[in-house]
Amino acid sequence: MSDYRNVMVYAEVTSESLSPITKELLGCGKKLSNDLGKELCAVLIGCNISHLAKEAIAFGAQKVYLVDHPLLENYQTDLYLWSMMKVVEKEMPRVLILGQTSIGLDLSPLLAFRLETAVVLDCVDLSIDPDSNQLLLTKPVYGGKAMATFLCNSKPQVATVRSKSMKPLEREGSRKGEVIAFNISLDSPNIRKRTLGKVAEDAKGIKLEDAEIIIAGGRGIGSRDGFKQLEELSKILKGSAIGGTRPACDAGWLSTTAQIGLTGKIVSPKLYIALGLSGSSQHMAGCSGSGTIVAINRDPRANIFKEAQFGVVGDWAIILSAFTKKIGDLLAQ
Amino acid sequence: MNIIVCVKEIIDPELPPENFEIDPTRNIVLGPDSMPHILSPFDEHAVEAALQIKDSCGAKITILSLGNNIRREIVKKPLSMGADEIILLEDEAFADGDSWSTALPLAKAVKKIGDYDLVLCGRQAADWDAGQVGSGIAEILGLPSVTLARKIEVINGKAKVERVIPDGYEMIEISLPAVITVSNEIGQPRYGTIDKLLAAVSKQPLIWKPQDIGMDPSETGEKGRKLKLLKLFKPVREGKCEIIEGETPEEAAINLAQKLRDAKVL
Repeated sequence: MSDYRNVMVYAEVTSESLSPITKELLGCGKKLSNDLGKELCAVLIGCNISHLAKEAIAFGAQKVYLVDHPLLENYQTDLYLWSMMKVVEKEMPRVLILGQTSIGLDLSPLLAFRLETAVVLDCVDLSIDPDSNQLLLTKPVYGGKAMATFLCNSKPQVATVRSKSMKPLEREGSRKGEVIAFNISLDSPNIRKRTLGKVAEDAKGIKLEDAEIIIAGGRGIGSRDGFKQLEELSKILKGSAIGGTRPACDAGWLSTTAQIGLTGKIVSPKLYIALGLSGSSQHMAGCSGSGTIVAINRDPRANIFKEAQFGVVGDWAIILSAFTKKIGDLLAQ
Repeated sequence: MNIIVCVKEIIDPELPPENFEIDPTRNIVLGPDSMPHILSPFDEHAVEAALQIKDSCGAKITILSLGNNIRREIVKKPLSMGADEIILLEDEAFADGDSWSTALPLAKAVKKIGDYDLVLCGRQAADWDAGQVGSGIAEILGLPSVTLARKIEVINGKAKVERVIPDGYEMIEISLPAVITVSNEIGQPRYGTIDKLLAAVSKQPLIWKPQDIGMDPSETGEKGRKLKLLKLFKPVREGKCEIIEGETPEEAAINLAQKLRDAKVL
């Protein structure tokens, strides 16, 4: 067991730069490696990504493994898994963290089972127990109604981390680190599984993750037409976007890509206006990081009023209509 | 075409937080047996995915569940929806496992069933939200896998899968046999029918014990865990909501708008 050493971060790349989650992972990994008295290393997998190694170093990595290969341009499970296995076998990290992203949640369980170790997905807190020097992994369970802290008996200890739950370090270009180009021979793609392409279905306008204001509706909105009323408010609020709960998306009232929650998007706008939604734990998992939450719901006992800073009890449609008009007047002043 | 669907009964996730308490001395949900139980919703979506394949090209669907004292009325629900067979891994030794000590016996059971093309699981169980048993089964059996499917089509010994990603979906082609985990975007699970429900009531599940799948009881359930649960607790909520009032709903709305403007939130 003493062979397992450092803390390793899988550094995810989006549109040719480090993903925001990668910077958060490096921030979290730095703290863990300091507490353990070990180094922080990062693994970059992709094609023509060598320029990102110094970015990973600027955000805290002391060692960067670079797996650069034309076949790795896009995420392909088998090839990425193979690459990660090679790097992990070489570096023997004690702790391995990935983002809770569509790649991380796919790759990490396969990697853990292949390494015959355990993994905890969607962690919101990772820390080193000062007494045992062991990694403590905390994640929401029961759809967010409870939190569980685990200890992993096998190594490496693998986790994925929920976006926006960890803070990145300030970027410092002066940080020093070692870059290790990891040459890997990949066969022509393994034909068991092939990702052929992507289809973007995102709604027009501002992405939910980038929106400063989110107007969200739940089951109480009642219909696709109901959501049109939310759009009226969105039109006059600059930087706003519309989202919804899983039941609202499942009912087809808005696109599935607009789903906010545990199994949808995790957002943290400055203002979150929650209409006709009860505030289930699974929904709150996606929006509890918002700056200000405003709740409009007819049930005064709804959980959303425990999460919100401002609330109005009543029929959302009547309130929204008067609210939209008043906001229009105020903004015109 | 033979499809195995892994399902699990759980405490109803729609239960409001105030009715959900934890026994801190034992790190378990208080009074779990008195709580309402249902089939984990994503597992029901996995059953729906299997039934969609059965509708389009014909398939035999076998339901597989694991636990101890499994509530028959819950795990038999997929039979009322149109699944064909049910096998339960039921024994004290299977209880309270983690993903590792759950995926292992499920994989051994899948192997024992032998004749299968597709194993479907929910993307995650809505109790522990671990999200890895499907991938674990695939890895143990050496099968390819896809997570988060929103559509599955079987054509010429391959599956074409649409996989949910944040801004849309990926198109994936995978050779069979394979493991696929299913997300809620697959569509609403269908209702059961009365005649299938009646047939399900009298159907006796096949029961397998650890030795039936060649396992020592110490490899599974609580004894086989790699993860130790140190603490289960309820998150602390601040709960300071200012309720904006008014003579009429319209007035309350106007007051809210003014309040947000004054607080410089808008």
